[in-house]
Amino acid sequence: MALTLAEKIFRSHLRDEPFPGTKVLGIDVVMCHEITTPIAINDLVARGKDRVFDPDKIKVVIDHVTPAKDTKTAQQGKILRDWAKRHQIKDFFDIGRNGVCHAIFPEHGFIRPGYTVIMGDSHTCTHGAFGAFAAGVGTTDLEVGILKGVCAFREPKTIRVNVNGKMPDAVYAKDVILRIIKELTVKGATDCVIEFHGDVVKKMSMESRMTLCNMAIEAGGTSGICMPDKVTVNYLWPFISGEYADKKAALADFRKWHSDRGCTYEKVLDIDVTDMEPQITYGYKPDEVKNISELEGMPVDQVYIGSCTNGRLEDLKVAAAYLKGRAIAASVRGIVSPATPKVFRDADRLGIIRIFMDAGFCVTNPTCGACLGMSNGVLAPGEVCASTTNRNFNGRMGKGGMVHLMSPAVAAVTAIEGKIADPRKYGKEASK
Amino acid sequence: MKTFGGKVLFLDRSDINTDEIIPAKYLTEISKEALKPHMLEDLKLEGFEPGSAKVGQARVIVTRANFGCGSSREHAPWVFEINDINVVIASGFARIFRQNMFNCGMLAIEVSEAVCSRLFELNDNDSAITLDFANDRFTIESANGRETFTYQISQFDKALVEAGGWVGFADARY
Repeated sequence: MALTLAEKIFRSHLRDEPFPGTKVLGIDVVMCHEITTPIAINDLVARGKDRVFDPDKIKVVIDHVTPAKDTKTAQQGKILRDWAKRHQIKDFFDIGRNGVCHAIFPEHGFIRPGYTVIMGDSHTCTHGAFGAFAAGVGTTDLEVGILKGVCAFREPKTIRVNVNGKMPDAVYAKDVILRIIKELTVKGATDCVIEFHGDVVKKMSMESRMTLCNMAIEAGGTSGICMPDKVTVNYLWPFISGEYADKKAALADFRKWHSDRGCTYEKVLDIDVTDMEPQITYGYKPDEVKNISELEGMPVDQVYIGSCTNGRLEDLKVAAAYLKGRAIAASVRGIVSPATPKVFRDADRLGIIRIFMDAGFCVTNPTCGACLGMSNGVLAPGEVCASTTNRNFNGRMGKGGMVHLMSPAVAAVTAIEGKIADPRKYGKEASK
Repeated sequence: MKTFGGKVLFLDRSDINTDEIIPAKYLTEISKEALKPHMLEDLKLEGFEPGSAKVGQARVIVTRANFGCGSSREHAPWVFEINDINVVIASGFARIFRQNMFNCGMLAIEVSEAVCSRLFELNDNDSAITLDFANDRFTIESANGRETFTYQISQFDKALVEAGGWVGFADARY
């Protein structure tokens, strides 16, 4: 029988089917951060079940509010820190070594093709970029995951998205995923995983693939998924070189997870990027997407470059190419958050941090930061932010604030001009 | 098992998201009690006043498609639970929110667009819903009429509600 990648993972990880249609899977990686985990920990303690199923399969980071901003966030960090210590969880990333969960965990090679991954964070779908089934869950699912290493799902259907054509200058993975969400709508992939295929995806780096998969949830999707290939092998090689004779052997092994020819898709969506403009959201829902030319010239108060969507080195490089030798508009507050210490260090080594600072950006430590208005970069009522993040919900970045989602390229030129701007006008050189 | 039913709060919009249900700034709280005053605080909807007496009396929410989209925060079901709202009836739910409801032993009842629209038609601003959990049906009563509807939830979700949530169920079984 021809199976999709998700179906293969569900078969290989099935632990129990307590009722028809309910699949309880064994979980390979349970990820935790300080916002949704402390309540699970407290509940386990209160139940007299303060245990973990396997400390090596639990990965922990403090990322949403770091450094702590007040007593409450300090307590959240402390609960997580104390818990990681008493259960000897060695992969715990605290201040100085911490970064945005969906950027730092892949960097450490924690995700492999065919894995099941859960976290109390909706953007866990990011890790499907490695050919994994990675789902955001609530605190109760997380708690059971920590205690038992299992999670229950309805088996998702699969939507296949084929992305083909020639990527135009100044168009990136972020533009592609915004267009896809526009087509699918905010609920179009509910109870589905989204597989990304096509020549454009094949040519994408792991970073770009993570940008695609990161926003699967914005269409309601359970996980984004890319087929593991040479790009995946190359990215993971430092972590898997001991397990395979050579890269060819790793590739052959990874291929077993690929969706079979003739497998069943709930829906197939074809996207041709050849004539695509940079994309931007205009409303309070991530499927409210327009071409950049329709919003050009609209003034903004703040520009935010960072997050689990677009805070990786590739994203900072793109933005820096536009910002080099230029200054941001006096009317704009520019904030950049490299997503991890490694991204920060690499960007520093390449002179990118300097470019941001010379342009007038505030460079923050790696953190989720402004994206959800929890720690820094909060908007005042009536203010507008041009942002490389993934959610434009009303009040997301501060009550009464407005967020427009876009690529790092659009964000960079918007910062320069102080109003929504089109990176294509800056020529080929800056866009590549 | 929790108690289900009572006065209805109608929220006539699709895609009401978790940030509208409970804004991220309250995610630094580590008790459910602290969330209580902030239910639906950022929801902008004609005729809806967060924190009003009417909202405080509600025990059931009836709403449209894709309710609870966005974040995985279980604070969304919790803020309903702490306000004694244990049932949400909608023409569709976001997956994580739906599962979070059942995982807490609460009910996320999906009905067809037609049934959903009928419920809104019957709304007289003082409607109540009673729930017959054993027989998978609910009855709405208002000045506009009294009607009973059947619904379907999975056997698993029903078992979670009976077990009072997923932790108890999983701990007994795995």
